[in-house]
Amino acid sequence: MNRYTVAVLVRNQFGVLNRVTSMFRRRQFNIIALSVSETESVEYSRITVTFEGEENNKQQLVNQLYKLPDVFSIKEFNSGNSVNCELLLIKMRNDADCRDEILTAAEAFSAKTVDYSKGSIVFQLTDISGRIDDFINLMRDYTILEICRTGVVSLEKGSSTIRKVTNL
Amino acid sequence: MLLSGSDIIVKILIEQGCDVIFGYPGGQILNVYDSLYKYRDEIQHVLTAHEQGAVHAADGYARATGRAGVVISTSGPGATNLVTGIATAYLDSVPLIAICGNVTTAQIGSDSFQEIDITGVTLPITKHNYFVGSVEQLADTVREAFRLAVSGRPGPVLIDVPKDVQVAMCEYTPMPAAVPDEKNAAKDVRIEEAAECINGSERPYIYFGGGVIWGNAEEEMLAVADKIDAPIGCSMMGLSGIPTEHPRFLGMQGMHGHYASSMAMHHADLIISLGVRFNDRATGDRTKFASKAKVVHIDIDGSELSKTVNAVHGLRADVRLTLRKLLPLIKKAEHPLWWESINKFKEAELEYLDRRGGLTPRNAVLCLNRHLGENTPVATDVGQHQMWAAQNLSFKNSRRFISSGGLGTMGFGLGAAIGAAYGTGEHTVLITGDGSFGMCLNELATAVTYNVPVVILIMNNGVLGMVRQWQTLFFDKHYSNTVLNRKTDFVALAGAFGADGVRVSTLDELDAAIKKGFEYCGPYVIDCAIDKDEFVLPMLPPGGSMDDIIVKVGD
Repeated sequence: MNRYTVAVLVRNQFGVLNRVTSMFRRRQFNIIALSVSETESVEYSRITVTFEGEENNKQQLVNQLYKLPDVFSIKEFNSGNSVNCELLLIKMRNDADCRDEILTAAEAFSAKTVDYSKGSIVFQLTDISGRIDDFINLMRDYTILEICRTGVVSLEKGSSTIRKVTNL
Repeated sequence: MLLSGSDIIVKILIEQGCDVIFGYPGGQILNVYDSLYKYRDEIQHVLTAHEQGAVHAADGYARATGRAGVVISTSGPGATNLVTGIATAYLDSVPLIAICGNVTTAQIGSDSFQEIDITGVTLPITKHNYFVGSVEQLADTVREAFRLAVSGRPGPVLIDVPKDVQVAMCEYTPMPAAVPDEKNAAKDVRIEEAAECINGSERPYIYFGGGVIWGNAEEEMLAVADKIDAPIGCSMMGLSGIPTEHPRFLGMQGMHGHYASSMAMHHADLIISLGVRFNDRATGDRTKFASKAKVVHIDIDGSELSKTVNAVHGLRADVRLTLRKLLPLIKKAEHPLWWESINKFKEAELEYLDRRGGLTPRNAVLCLNRHLGENTPVATDVGQHQMWAAQNLSFKNSRRFISSGGLGTMGFGLGAAIGAAYGTGEHTVLITGDGSFGMCLNELATAVTYNVPVVILIMNNGVLGMVRQWQTLFFDKHYSNTVLNRKTDFVALAGAFGADGVRVSTLDELDAAIKKGFEYCGPYVIDCAIDKDEFVLPMLPPGGSMDDIIVKVGD
């Protein structure tokens, strides 16, 4: 199984996310993460989807996406041709006996402390997914209260943009 | 000119060249029906007995003519009654426009009377669908729907129009009918690669489907076949694509396909697949499917390439334009050894052929063949009768076999036959079974009301024959819920609907009945007695390969 990240530029319209995810569901694509946002233009939204599968699954996913009339363009990303990052919020229990260790680890990862209370500490970390996985794994030695991560967002390196590859 | 939303809908239907549409009125579509009344001299509306009959009729119309079929329904149950028909069109790539009314935009989302989220319901079974939020978007939306339905790989498109949008006024500017998106041949380099592969083949086999019919590529396909000396087979959706009697044509392949066709495909070293997908009913066990063959696959839908069967050369392109470019690149060839094998397969097929006399399913279809005109559309329902029809019907022209392939919808036939009769102006035939006919026989009322000329041949065996066949073979003859033995008198039933009919139990009676049916103005029902233990053969067991083919069944 490989992990693929694909960015999809879609019409910024009511129900489009539903069309895309409905197709993923009925064809049983194994979606790991998905993020949606506005873009530089009010006409378009951008969906970034990370999924696991074989090369032919990825080809099928891209081909099926191209069939949706609301999809304008699709771009596949890998770490070589793109910049990727993800945002993590993690809430740890604030225990006196391990507080220093947690804070030291957070510092090592350049995670920011965004909330601090007697019972808990919330860290914010923006990084590539692998580093976020590493940080979470490290935190598993202590008590994790809650985790929330956004899923990957990606942009191509250099001046080329997703709009250059258009559907139709 | 300033028009109401409902007038705009009907004006655009006329603008798109729709001469006849099918539907059923109701509360939230009343305005459109008022507009249909207003423009009744320019467009005909056929009122069916049930929305399902209407959508199948629009589908049958589209299959028979190549133009988009149109169906109209009200909101809620009217819209949900279209679902099976829309799914049928989706699975067989039929261009269909479904227009539904809905409650007012202010009421949407409040579970009001007869409100249903039909765009949500039909999301996975339409090529695209629209909820029209304002009358300003209406004209563009309907035109875009027509363009989408017929462009690329055709498919159904649904438009949901709230009542207030039908009422609201808007400026309407006439426009020419929608033009399908431009078609493209594959890239030259890809065609050259495919040609090289074809030129290296000793045992080529051409396998085509509905895409060749929708892409009007029949001539080009025959030219390629002649040049490389290849036999031709097809999926069920390809039937009628080339004349049945063509010397290169081996017939439909697959689960109940012709033995020679399936064997030739199994032994080919190259399969040129044109506008066809590799459905499980066509391939059986995919790991053993045509293991010696390279696949060159041309399809307008890129997602069909290497979806289930790996293609060495997958070309996402218009099949006709691509074949035209391919033709000069392939070398003229002859394959006498290959044809020797094919002729052996054909001899074997003849050996297994059902040659019994009397009113057997095969003889019934052959009898019907003698009465078919060059352009007679033949619709079917789904089950044993459908396979007997697919195996034995003889076609001269394209678009004359109207049958639900992908979804396998029992109850499809009568509506579809009505639509095909409207589309072609031909006296039409429906081959059905007592099970399938029982599902949607209410449309007899429609056929009677509108004097639709359709000969209805019910192959009546008193059982759900296809399911029963599986129970015989794979479920130790446990005939669970497949024995109908209903007391329905189909001839009396025809009479009650205002039609006519006759019961037949011999071939001579059948012959006379079909003759009479073609002379009769309106629907004519022939209740044809078939033995309940008849089998559809040959049969590839589900998930089986050519090694498992069943050609004969012992007692």
